[in-house]
Amino acid sequence: MSARLEGELLEVSMGPQHPSTHGVFRMNVALDGEIVVKLKPVFGYLHRNHEQIGERTSYLGTMPYTDRLDYFNSMSNNWGYALAVEKLAGVEVPERAQYLRVILAELSRLQNHASLLGFLLSDMGAWGTPLMYAFREREKVLDLFESLAGSRMMCDYMRFGGCRVDADAAWMERAKKIVYDFPRFLDEFEELILENEIVIARTQHVGRVSAELAISAGITGPMLRASGVNYDLRKVDGYGFYPRFKFRIPLGEHGDTYDRLMMRVLEMRESIDILKQAFEAITPGPITNPKVKVRGFRPPAGECYGRIEGPKGELGFYLISDGTGTPYRYHVRAPSFINLTILEDMCLGHTVADVMVILGSIDIVMGEVDR
Amino acid sequence: MTGAGILKGMAVTARNFVGSYFEKERLTTVQYPEERAPLPENYRNFPFLVFDGDEAQAGLRCVACQICEKECPPQCIYIVKSKDKKPDYMGKPQFYPATFDIDISVCMSCQICVEVCPFDAIKMDKVYELSRRERFDALLMDKHELAKSNSYYHGIHPTEATEVDTRLAEAAAKKKPAPPATAAPPAVAAAAKAATSAPAAEAVVSGTLPAKPTPPAT
Ligand code: SF4
Ligand code: SF4
Repeated sequence: MSARLEGELLEVSMGPQHPSTHGVFRMNVALDGEIVVKLKPVFGYLHRNHEQIGERTSYLGTMPYTDRLDYFNSMSNNWGYALAVEKLAGVEVPERAQYLRVILAELSRLQNHASLLGFLLSDMGAWGTPLMYAFREREKVLDLFESLAGSRMMCDYMRFGGCRVDADAAWMERAKKIVYDFPRFLDEFEELILENEIVIARTQHVGRVSAELAISAGITGPMLRASGVNYDLRKVDGYGFYPRFKFRIPLGEHGDTYDRLMMRVLEMRESIDILKQAFEAITPGPITNPKVKVRGFRPPAGECYGRIEGPKGELGFYLISDGTGTPYRYHVRAPSFINLTILEDMCLGHTVADVMVILGSIDIVMGEVDR
Repeated sequence: MTGAGILKGMAVTARNFVGSYFEKERLTTVQYPEERAPLPENYRNFPFLVFDGDEAQAGLRCVACQICEKECPPQCIYIVKSKDKKPDYMGKPQFYPATFDIDISVCMSCQICVEVCPFDAIKMDKVYELSRRERFDALLMDKHELAKSNSYYHGIHPTEATEVDTRLAEAAAKKKPAPPATAAPPAVAAAAKAATSAPAAEAVVSGTLPAKPTPPAT
């Protein structure tokens, strides 16, 4: 039988309860044989009214809810939200708190990228083992978060004008040790995957995103940089104390899944550099701004947009204040949601098995996509 | 050579597998529930009400000001203020909560109630394994279940509790040169000593916390 059988398209509903969809996410895929010809993402299964709740609770009360956006990176979410409110209210952040924020955000990036690599390999069929190696490292960082902020994932650590608890010397030592030991894991992980023929075959030239498409779709974060666009808010905005650090922005060339994967590995190495510099630079001092009231915090009327370079991309918080204790409007620009919008463009023409890998390389967390 | 990358990767897994027998670094799992990882001192999950002295309800520091009820983001605190007043731990007549309920199943452990309370009356607990068979009422804690003694607080968060006690003692000393029958100052000194001499609280494991608080070592 040499002639190709022309049949109807097969429609498959992938998800929402599928281990590779990273939460509750559904894709309606139309398949021609094994090739994707149409893909429609369906989300909203995890919608929790985050923005509406933010308009009902006090400014402070939204802080713990931001933990639950991208629950892998509560530290960076806290920072993004705190940054927006600090901008709105014109609050200064003391030096030590700024360094602590950098340290925690970069630790958060480390564990996020490490687990992403693990998940991505899981999606490729390397079930379990690489993921467990990644989680072993992640666990160390989460233990650090727990002993500082009291919780592993729902850190709720930052406050307007500073941080909630100070890190003592013992904590710093532990953090230093973990950071200095991290390259060992990275080396090993690179050895495990980067030359692996299966990984290469499954990722190179798969799910390419051109720089033009990435820019016009509003893609941010490692995914944008994998397409070769040099855009990192740590450099562009220079928020926090990032201008004081020396680090490079890794850039990809092809914008395929392999580049996105490598981007995470390289970014982790840069994060380690930032962390090492931060450990050197941090000095004792106050960590909160005494002018900020805990009870009845009311920023002046106005609006502002605060954004940070989260591990997944540009995480922005938009707030309109009418001078009362609750924001008039609160909006979250969730990077994984916006990065997910070009999923169809990335998947067309690839096999259904590649969809999982492409989806994995976007790095989504449904808590943030659906909010 | 095709396959060299795969072999290299297999060498890594082999290293990890063999290494897990010899290196603690490579085998970090804990066999829960037989083994438990120690809880860090800052660990928090659900709030409880602190009382001074021996009598739980009489010694509650809470004055039913209802600030925490207002500030709690998921609104899981319910307070009814008392009609009458009773002397608080410093002997001053104060309102007290006639009802103080926290729905633990709604609480998200954010500890905002702790931060906003002006009277250091509510603090974060460390208990876990709270699963219940019933779906609703069993996790609705009333003020009797929530009340825990100050020495229990010292047991779980020694550093923080000592700070709080010092602050309260200072406030009391400022207000009244001779506070009537306050048990706080001597306890503070003892606790401060205990906290500095034995920072072993990191190893306190929630499931085995003594129901009766251990007296601060002197
Ligand atoms: S910890 Fe947070 S959610 Fe729980 S009772 Fe306190 S304020 Fe409410
Ligand atoms: S716990 Fe504190 S904030 Fe809440 S009602 Fe009692 S005194 Fe007021």
